[in-house]
Amino acid sequence: MAVLEIKDARKSFGSTRALDGLSFALGEGELLGLLGPNGAGKTTLIRAIAGRVRLNGGTILLHGHTLEPEKPRRDLGVVPQENALYPLLSARENLETFGKLNGIDGKHLRERIAWALEWSGLADRATSLVRTFSGGMKRRLNLACGVLHEPKLVLLDEPTVGVDPQSRESIYDMLGALRARGTSLLLTTHYLEEAEARCERIVVIDHGRAVAAGTLVELVAQAGLTGRRVRLSLDRPATKAPAGFALGEDAGTLTASITDVAHELPGLLARVQAEGLAVRDLEVRTASLQAVFLKLTGKELRE
Amino acid sequence: MIALIVQNAWTQLRRDRAAQILAFVVPIAFFSIFAIIFGGGGNRMNGTSRVAVAVVDEEGSERSRALVEALKGDSALRVITTRAVRAGENAPLEPLTRATAEQMVKNGDVPVALVLPAGVGASIGSFNAAGAKALVLHDPSDPVAGRTVGGLLQRAALRAAATGGGVLGGQARDADEMMPLRFESHAVLGEKRGSPMVAFYAAGIAVMFIMFSAAGAGGALIEETESGTLERVLTTGLGMTGLLLGKWIYLTTLACAQVAVMFVWGMLVFKLPLLEHLAGFIVMTVCTSAAAAAFGLVLATLSRTRQQLSGLANLIVLSLNALGGSMFPRFLMSDALQRVSLIGFNAWALDGYIKVFWRGAPLSALAPQVGAILGFTVLFLVLARRLARRWEAA
Repeated sequence: MAVLEIKDARKSFGSTRALDGLSFALGEGELLGLLGPNGAGKTTLIRAIAGRVRLNGGTILLHGHTLEPEKPRRDLGVVPQENALYPLLSARENLETFGKLNGIDGKHLRERIAWALEWSGLADRATSLVRTFSGGMKRRLNLACGVLHEPKLVLLDEPTVGVDPQSRESIYDMLGALRARGTSLLLTTHYLEEAEARCERIVVIDHGRAVAAGTLVELVAQAGLTGRRVRLSLDRPATKAPAGFALGEDAGTLTASITDVAHELPGLLARVQAEGLAVRDLEVRTASLQAVFLKLTGKELRE
Repeated sequence: MIALIVQNAWTQLRRDRAAQILAFVVPIAFFSIFAIIFGGGGNRMNGTSRVAVAVVDEEGSERSRALVEALKGDSALRVITTRAVRAGENAPLEPLTRATAEQMVKNGDVPVALVLPAGVGASIGSFNAAGAKALVLHDPSDPVAGRTVGGLLQRAALRAAATGGGVLGGQARDADEMMPLRFESHAVLGEKRGSPMVAFYAAGIAVMFIMFSAAGAGGALIEETESGTLERVLTTGLGMTGLLLGKWIYLTTLACAQVAVMFVWGMLVFKLPLLEHLAGFIVMTVCTSAAAAAFGLVLATLSRTRQQLSGLANLIVLSLNALGGSMFPRFLMSDALQRVSLIGFNAWALDGYIKVFWRGAPLSALAPQVGAILGFTVLFLVLARRLARRWEAA
């Protein structure tokens, strides 16, 4: 059974339709990426699941039970985009606060805090005030406060925005540990590479609806981008592109699209050699999520 | 380039309605409020409002009655000679006695009482130092009323002497004997207190300060909105009502602590009789703090930004405190303004503190003030809850 089901979710703010019949489901232990340009309805959906937005139509089911607005959701953890922490409280005090607000107390709370501090790599800074933390440390604590009460489903709104690559890596390590325990994760992100690399499935939404859903391979197929992209790095700039290639901006790279790697690639390489050029590096990729997104929504993700 | 900076700043101001109100409307509002209170007709210091005086004619002679009539004819005085036997509009009236008049002063019903004892009739206009003296019983928290009545008594005595057929006789020997009617003045309250106005100003400043403080601390709600912690807290089982109650209890305890610190300082440094009136102090402080905390929540839930909150708090807190008597005693304001000032809970709070520290009133006498302040508290809490709906699920 799906952990989370969104069925025909509709929400309007005045004349703006933030959600316009959005539907998808999330399975147990799954990491689902919610991808969409600004204003697509991602945050409205996250807030609706969290009980902070009343839908005009449709239903949201958690473990098969309809969620009512503003009712406690013990099985749900929310990790907001902002570092929603109390800066003048220590890491431990923040965890205590959000733990108690989410209904855990006493020995269980103490055990969970010990786990959360270890899990987030903040055990040695447990008593430090949050205002003294780096951006990455705040991000990790922000995450820990949202999962302390062991929710079955965690909503993550841009969990890695504004953090350095090292912290981003440790955040995904933390999320991996959660998934290993069977926790389902729904995250929104602007980072296509992250969505490509980390999410099992991706739901692309635009204008409040799901325009595509599936694994990256499935999305590529849905977008009709079945070809492969070939990229050659040359030992010196080329003056003109050989037949079948496009010249890169720096003239040191050549790109081409092919559908059958085994049959078409040797011919391409022969044409390059015939022009007297030497290949330094070669890359063959499926269509990127960026290309899929562009094809499906007609716009760049960061618009 | 400099012109560009100037133009840019004006353009931004033109588009910021809150900033325009702060820049132009708030000063006008302040000026108007202070002008009403300290200027034309708002207070008694400029002589445009009448002093209420309880008059007891113990002699009951033709001459003493003439003196009372002369006092009644004075436009600067509002003479009270009777009181209702019991509560109610149609209750019969009885003449005031020395004891009831003194009690009226102690209760704060009038700032001064004048007693005309037996034998005073013969003293009117006689310039006789050995004759009977009138008795002026005054509340020293009102530094004007006692002296005003003492002075106006002389004018009335001269009129009474003239109309009553008396003789302005005798040979005056010194300045004291130059008075047409000699009088003794007694403070009926606060004789034991070294600095009688300390209690008043301690209460006045404390009430104003906790209103500012509660408004500022209530602004944490706005910061929590901006930081996202409010959103996060509201996704838990707490709910908006629980959140507001938590904030209110915190602000109430904070205000109690602030007032306690101020009064302890007053006791240690300015000999404020805190321990003598501890029970009344606790009752008034808890009630006033609860109201100030709820008031702070109203301002915080009404404001969208810290800047708005700051402007709103300055305008409302300073206005209410000017009107409520923190800067200028209410008993020196006109009767009309005194009535108007009761729209603020702080005026009731100051009245309560004055009752406790000045009049030594029993706890039961605080019922009107406590009732009114708690009424304001409930009103503020209901209002804050309604305003906080904007943070709930849309």
